[in-house]
Amino acid sequence: MSSQKKRDQLILHTALTAGRIMIENGSEIERVEDTMTRIAHNAGAKTSQLFVMITGILMAINGEVGAQIQPVKRRTFDLEKIAVVNQLSRAFAAHDITLRQFADKLDHLDSETKYFPMWAQLLAAAMVSGPLEVVFRHNLHDFWISCFVGMIGWLVFYLLNKFIQIRFLSEFAGAATIGILAVFVVHLGLGISVDDIIIGGVMPLVPGVPITNSVRDVLAGNLVSGPARAVEALVSAAAIGFGIAMVLQFL
Amino acid sequence: MTVLEFFIEVAGTYVSTLAFGVLINIPRRALNFGGWIGVLGFLLYRFTVLSGGGYVVGNLLGAFAIGVASLQAARIKKMPMILFNIPALVPLVPGGQAYQMIKNFALGQNATAFVFMMQVAMISGSIAFGFLLSELVNRVQQRAWRHRR
Repeated sequence: MSSQKKRDQLILHTALTAGRIMIENGSEIERVEDTMTRIAHNAGAKTSQLFVMITGILMAINGEVGAQIQPVKRRTFDLEKIAVVNQLSRAFAAHDITLRQFADKLDHLDSETKYFPMWAQLLAAAMVSGPLEVVFRHNLHDFWISCFVGMIGWLVFYLLNKFIQIRFLSEFAGAATIGILAVFVVHLGLGISVDDIIIGGVMPLVPGVPITNSVRDVLAGNLVSGPARAVEALVSAAAIGFGIAMVLQFL
Repeated sequence: MTVLEFFIEVAGTYVSTLAFGVLINIPRRALNFGGWIGVLGFLLYRFTVLSGGGYVVGNLLGAFAIGVASLQAARIKKMPMILFNIPALVPLVPGGQAYQMIKNFALGQNATAFVFMMQVAMISGSIAFGFLLSELVNRVQQRAWRHRR
């Protein structure tokens, strides 16, 4: 294999890996296209053609290797990885790292996940539920119990999502748990209003990433990926709604 | 709205925006900025509603402010814009209305449920439109910025 061919292969590999990591972790399509074009350009490819969709990427550069496809199989929300890819791309553009180092770092980034520790995420879920319950409903009495209910609901969602990998089912189970717990704590006399506790409790499950991205994708003219994300957000919202509605039926 | 209520709302919005950022694993450097942008958007919404501007205009202005402020933050911090506008959006989500809609559908009161459904649709639409307007400002600004160099 000639060295030019090896170089082209490496450019394609780097750009495709960067693109896949970004889509997998919840980036909008326009940013992915922009980053991949920049990587190819900064690595010395004269032209590059891209076709980025939410389920796969196709890329070609003018050189000795043909176009290559990279499927995107899973989707999670880990915005730190997007920031890291962005940072690496900037460093590469400034010639701080070589293409080989860039590719190695991307491969390494893919295998490691640096989430916040479990206790911090649980605390965060509680701190989304309680304060938003107060902000929306002005019900200071139910603050602590909303924190608790939201935390347990998010824990159920998180654990199920880890083992069964179907986001919608985990959201449904999380919402149902929140509903049952809210009815239960009000029955025990620990809270006043079932409505307020549920409204606060489901806030950590809100699909914020797909909602924002779908608007931005549609605006940027990605008429396939934008609506696809909107459907993702709608199904998430419907799953949460069904979880709550099922509990309210038995009130 | 008393002064105490005002401070409780600001603190609640800030804390919840920050905590939502932790849940979707936003880098630590971006958390603080995202929190304040969330407060900015929510306060604009709140004051519009208090001064009689209505839900739709309030959400539109809030989303617009979030969109514009996020781009400035992204430029200052040299980080992607979505790190700031996704958590900042959370306090504007029509959680209360969506819940009332689900509840009334579940209890079989469809007429009431449709009223809330309409509200949810209007609010979501106005948030999307606010983002659209902010995108307009951002593009113009980017063009001017590029032109000046």
